[in-house]
Amino acid sequence: MSGERGDDEKRIQGVPASPGIARGPIYVFSIESDDVVHYHVGSSHVPEEIARFENALIQTRAQILEMQQQIAEAIGAKDAGIFDAHLLVVEDQTLIDEVLRRVEAEHCNVEAAFQDVASRYVESLSKIDDPYLRERALDIQDVTRRVIRNLQGKSPRPFLTIDEPHILVAHNLTPSDTATMNRAHVRGLALDLGSRTSHTAIMARSLGIPAVVGLHDATDAFETGASALIDGYHGLLIVHPNEETLREYAELEQQKGVLAERLRELRETKSTTRDGRHIVLSANIELPDEVDEVLANGAEGIGLYRTEFLYLNQKALPSEDDQFEVYRRVAERVAPEPLIIRTLDLGGDKLSDNVEADDELNPFLGCRAIRFCLSHLDIFKAQLRAILRASVAANVKVMFPMISGLDEARRGLEIVQECKDELRQKGQAFRDDLEVGIMVEVPSAAILADRLAREVDFFSIGTNDLIQYSVAIDRTNESVAHLYEPSHPSVIRLLKMVADAAHANDIWVGVCGEMAGEVLFTPLLLGLGMDELSAGANIVPRVKNAVQRLTMLECQTLVEEVLEMDLPGDVLARCTEVAERNYPELIS
Amino acid sequence: MGLLNRRTPTDSTEKVEKEVTIINRLGLHARPAAMFVRIASRYRCEILVAKEDEEISGKSIMGLMMLAAGQGSKLRIRAEGPDAAEAIRDIEELIQSRFNED
Repeated sequence: MSGERGDDEKRIQGVPASPGIARGPIYVFSIESDDVVHYHVGSSHVPEEIARFENALIQTRAQILEMQQQIAEAIGAKDAGIFDAHLLVVEDQTLIDEVLRRVEAEHCNVEAAFQDVASRYVESLSKIDDPYLRERALDIQDVTRRVIRNLQGKSPRPFLTIDEPHILVAHNLTPSDTATMNRAHVRGLALDLGSRTSHTAIMARSLGIPAVVGLHDATDAFETGASALIDGYHGLLIVHPNEETLREYAELEQQKGVLAERLRELRETKSTTRDGRHIVLSANIELPDEVDEVLANGAEGIGLYRTEFLYLNQKALPSEDDQFEVYRRVAERVAPEPLIIRTLDLGGDKLSDNVEADDELNPFLGCRAIRFCLSHLDIFKAQLRAILRASVAANVKVMFPMISGLDEARRGLEIVQECKDELRQKGQAFRDDLEVGIMVEVPSAAILADRLAREVDFFSIGTNDLIQYSVAIDRTNESVAHLYEPSHPSVIRLLKMVADAAHANDIWVGVCGEMAGEVLFTPLLLGLGMDELSAGANIVPRVKNAVQRLTMLECQTLVEEVLEMDLPGDVLARCTEVAERNYPELIS
Repeated sequence: MGLLNRRTPTDSTEKVEKEVTIINRLGLHARPAAMFVRIASRYRCEILVAKEDEEISGKSIMGLMMLAAGQGSKLRIRAEGPDAAEAIRDIEELIQSRFNED
């Protein structure tokens, strides 16, 4: 079947930048190049050049301010913030001095001098390793072009005055372009360049416009007027979509709408499998403000409260009383659901100046988390006393990060006991039966789980570190990142050891690493017997929906099967199969 | 930044130097660099920022972006002038607050 005018359907794969589906005619927006003429300027005319430069900068500034205003009104102050950087480029004394020096020394016209200087900056920015910073070259180009057009006396780049809905196809869009485009009529964006972190992608997500970037040569390949469809979920630009494709996408669009609606409705429902097993789904938070999101997404309490921020943003260490106030407020808001507070998970290098710390060659294997706390008892005890006091009013539990063996666990428990004694002496209230658990994230702790389980009240498995330490992979190192595999058979065995040890000793076990929020692994984690999964608040409804579609029987069968497998890829494939069979639409 | 209101006038020339680590997730990209420059520009003192062997003016957004200071980068900030200590304190506070973005 063919589309209108008999053109064959063409699909181009790009990078998904903003979700959603858009249909409409293409408008190809091509960049006209602003040629800059170089010419010699006599000494007597140099002051004129400088004056022209000043005027152009002032004019540019006014234009940017106007755009910033427009964006702030249309989208919000946060998105308009990028133009702050643009304003500062126009005011950048280093840049301006360089241009002036060049005009004076080389007697060239100011357009030429400015373009030379600016393009050197753009060039070095484009070479930076960090993709996010690299993208900023576009911002500099945007401002540069604007200054040059003003120097040339041209009006700002004419932008889309198209009055019909369209899909905008361009090589790249500068922040000015996205600011001035006719948003009422842009249904979707398709760009040759860009990544998920480019400004246009971020803005498209804020505006809810589906976008695909990184299409390489889409602008050359198609002409204005062709019919097209953008699949922002999968990063596809489909030109001349045929009837079958259109029908397929109409269905998908409807499904996605239904899914979003259903996940919202899930808030009040229970996370129980089809055969009646209830899994506690809680949320990870870092800042007290995030409690709103936890409640809005229907999580059953907080499974991991990271406390590092209390220490990082301060000039001095937080006092016991300050911490008590913060913990109590968070605990009361989530009550009667539990709040699990993880004690400080940092090394001395990240703390305020009043903590001595040596530079470590390998901080991941160094003095951090519980190791640091046990060697800085004043810091550790202040936090524990604050937690104990906060537990009076609500359902608080505490856990120690990076426990590697029995010594550390016992020492931690002893300190808790000492803190209780101290509070008792001072006549301060605390909850004597506060549950104390440990994070299982070091392989040695997983291997010793049967012993540790006799001494603590619960386990929470930090899969990110457990995987990283087990397979010796630094995920941020691009050359080995692909070897970081949650489905590694060794990881599955460790998870099983921990879960079995917990249950043999009648304590509960949860997972609070990223694996807990990945619906591909929900069947595996359930089958292993996890009692609790704690993930980012916004992921909770999705995981909940996955749980509700599964039966324990098939999860347990899955575990039996994967325990026989040799390769991470095979395990992942089997997990994916089960997920796809039960909830294909939840897999992102 | 409440510290700005408590500026005490002084004519003595201070020299302050400080090592800081960039902790926000995206590093010193356009928006944080802009905030940095805005704060640095409020002070009379000269502010220089160095990463490894490269040193630039802390009042230049281009310079700051060129440093390509991602998360975890260590910067050495030097300030020289009558209000150097306050400038460093304000800048440090901004960095510690992760540029209010995370």
